[in-house]
Amino acid sequence: MSALDTGVVSHGVTESRVGQHGFPWGKALRHLLLIVFLAIVLIPVYVLLVTSFKTQTDAQPAHAWLLPNEWTLENWKKAWNGPSAAVPGVGPAMIRTFQLVIPSTIISAFLGSMNGYVLSRWRFPHANAVFTFLLFGMFIPYQAVMVPLYRLVQWLKPVTSWVDALPTVPDGIPILILLHVVYGIPITTLIFRNYYESVPQELIEAARVDGAGMLRTYASVVLPISVPSFVVVLIWQFTSAWNDFLFAKFFVANPDKSVVTIALNNLAGGSIMSDHGVEMAAALLASFPTLIIYVALGKYFLGGLMAGSVKG
Amino acid sequence: MAASITRKRRGRFRRYGPPLLLISPSVILIGIFVYGLIGSAFQTSMTSAHSAAEFTGKQPTEFVFLGNYTAWLATKEAHHALLNQLIFTAVFLGGTLSLGFLWAWLLDKRAKAEGIFRSVYLFPMAVSAVAAGVVWKWLLNPNRDAKAYGLNRLFQTLGLDFMQNSWWTKNLTWGIAAIAMPAIWQMAGYVMALFLAGFRGIPNELREAARVDGANEWKLYRHVIFPQLSPVALSAIIIIGHMSLKTFDLIMSISKHTNYQTKIPAIEMYRYMAEGDYANAAMVGVVLLLIVLVLIIPYLIHTTRAEKNR
Repeated sequence: MSALDTGVVSHGVTESRVGQHGFPWGKALRHLLLIVFLAIVLIPVYVLLVTSFKTQTDAQPAHAWLLPNEWTLENWKKAWNGPSAAVPGVGPAMIRTFQLVIPSTIISAFLGSMNGYVLSRWRFPHANAVFTFLLFGMFIPYQAVMVPLYRLVQWLKPVTSWVDALPTVPDGIPILILLHVVYGIPITTLIFRNYYESVPQELIEAARVDGAGMLRTYASVVLPISVPSFVVVLIWQFTSAWNDFLFAKFFVANPDKSVVTIALNNLAGGSIMSDHGVEMAAALLASFPTLIIYVALGKYFLGGLMAGSVKG
Repeated sequence: MAASITRKRRGRFRRYGPPLLLISPSVILIGIFVYGLIGSAFQTSMTSAHSAAEFTGKQPTEFVFLGNYTAWLATKEAHHALLNQLIFTAVFLGGTLSLGFLWAWLLDKRAKAEGIFRSVYLFPMAVSAVAAGVVWKWLLNPNRDAKAYGLNRLFQTLGLDFMQNSWWTKNLTWGIAAIAMPAIWQMAGYVMALFLAGFRGIPNELREAARVDGANEWKLYRHVIFPQLSPVALSAIIIIGHMSLKTFDLIMSISKHTNYQTKIPAIEMYRYMAEGDYANAAMVGVVLLLIVLVLIIPYLIHTTRAEKNR
């Protein structure tokens, strides 16, 4: 992504020189178009925000696109706690999702970092073949493995139910952690390997000559310079695990026990007489963690996107 | 002699043992969860395990070889799902590529506040498809006139009544195209980022040289810019095409898996699974995998070759 970051390119010069002779029509038109597209992209955000603060009577078709007559926080409360006894809210689900996403993200990052390290800077024979072997996992559509994975998960039940029985662990979350870690291996390995390829081999050799072993070199030389890659991988894994719906739908479909996407889908898709205000508030709540990361660490986010674009 | 071989072996082990040990958990896990399970899916897809009892081995199953594949491909449902996939992919590709290119082109000529535009165009990708589905389901509501909200109401307000639409709900053939709209909303910014990186990667000397040679804007694009951007466009096509095949969350949150209008193979796979028809679920999954491989293997060979030549 260096091309984007350092992208202050000077070919706009010709144009601005032309523009000096009069009003720069081209430039104005370009900015107008950019603003129109900006508005279009933001339409769903406007709808989400406005509707989430409306009372149910206020959300009637005739007022659909207007600002609320009276602003209310009721939808947000209902979205968090659940609109009725039968429909769970996204609040508890968000807490469970954090319990899923944080451990799986951290494990994935370290696993990927160590894999990337031995595949690029502490190599062994056929390291490239092993890398390709791992990387293939990135391209498969998960639908292709879902049926046998279902059987494997059933088969693992004795182990996972033991973990589930631990008091602080929500049922079903351990299996999702396992799946996110396993299917995260290819992408995290790829990001770290590509990054470590740019680290001078001399740095590692120097530590090696000093008699440091593989893990010592990793901890004292490689790990301290890995921060940028860790940020990219943490963001990527956090976002994909937080937004995951497929694995949760197949393996922890009960909205009372599952992750935020399942709770949101259940809340928004359940009843015929839907309460749009609550749905929109729930959708916003469910999106906040990834949006905050995006706003705070956008540049790194893009780095992850570029690497992980074809992940299953 | 023997001693030196042993020493040599021990040396090799001391050198390569630790990294191999470190990578082996990942290799084993991927071996099982990717390769093992793909093999197992192939196997299940060639049996008659059309119920839970058969799948778990409580009832016997037969080996039917490609029977499930040929039977499925002969059904109208399969044709419908595949045609839907084709329409969805085409609209998704067309929308993301044209918008992505246009946005990148507009931004490349040094727009004011470029960062803001870039961030806003790209942000929908950070939102989950399920959350996007909630708002787009509202936007794509088919109610008209007095009952209309969503985009239909917006069109009325703008005096564009004729554009009111039943979106994905009524039209059995083209309804799926409406589902591509939220998908485009989510991914166009990403394609923009790809194209923008492509634009910025074109050396300025190339443009200058073309201008010195007297090339006008069109010729500059035709002979310099487009050829330089074609690898980016190819990547975007592969990435978006790949994504479109796996579209599941968005359809499940706007429509549902039993709706005829929005069936694509990824949804059919889930429907079979939910019905307990494991053999057909595995079969559709394998079909998806094969389509992805056909798409991606030539691309991977192409890029690795390109990297070697670099």
